[in-house]
Amino acid sequence: MDVSYINPFISATMDCFKKMVFVDVTPKNPSLKNEPYPTYDISGVIGLSGDAQGSISLSFPQDVAIKVISSMLSAQINDKSPELVDGIGEIANIVAGNAKRGLSKFNLSISLPNVILGKNHAIGSQTGTPTIIVPFSSSLGFFSMEVTLKTK
Amino acid sequence: MKVLLVDDSVTMRRIQKTQLNSLGINDVIEAGDGEEAYKKLTENMPIDLIMLDWNMPVMDGITLLRKVRSENKYQGVKIIMCTSESEKTKVVDALKSGANNYLVKPFTPEALKEKLGL
Repeated sequence: MDVSYINPFISATMDCFKKMVFVDVTPKNPSLKNEPYPTYDISGVIGLSGDAQGSISLSFPQDVAIKVISSMLSAQINDKSPELVDGIGEIANIVAGNAKRGLSKFNLSISLPNVILGKNHAIGSQTGTPTIIVPFSSSLGFFSMEVTLKTK
Repeated sequence: MKVLLVDDSVTMRRIQKTQLNSLGINDVIEAGDGEEAYKKLTENMPIDLIMLDWNMPVMDGITLLRKVRSENKYQGVKIIMCTSESEKTKVVDALKSGANNYLVKPFTPEALKEKLGL
């Protein structure tokens, strides 16, 4: 199974965090998503369509998400700040948009961001299409990227 | 310089407004989609520059770009696309549609300064 399509998403995440959040993030080994599914508190999700279909999500524990957006804005926010949800969606949008450059063979279009809130939620995906999980570590804490892409 | 800042993300508007302020540009009007931006453009002329996101609800950035460029009275308004859309085809499409410049998010205040010619 060729899952090299994950690489542009990893590069885009590292670049986005370096330039926008002012922090270096380190990808850990990608793995296929298997039960029991990992759970999160806040996720930014972007749909992908075109010659391949799927989604990318960036998922965070709440305390990490608050630190990420506070760093991005250079101002402290809290769990009630509108920038928390909006900012996580925008990070997912920027990662997806930048990753497209390395995936031009798929002629991808990206959706507007959706953000899922809820303690210990999991991200579902289409049956039969593998989901790749990439954990990231940073000085702000851990978070995960999940990419599902159905290629022909 | 009067700037119309168009992005559906309130977070991005806050970041870009801070970047403009750091460059000494404080006359900034904000809009959350293309339709709202067109209304604010007509109400607040003269506007020198539009910083325009691509993917937005209601009316997207490329549609607003083409609409603005179809009207002679706005020919003097500079438009910089500020978007996460990074593919060459998108850049070419925007420039052919009348954008003066193109910035891929995330970008630094220095990159913005250079594109503004400051």
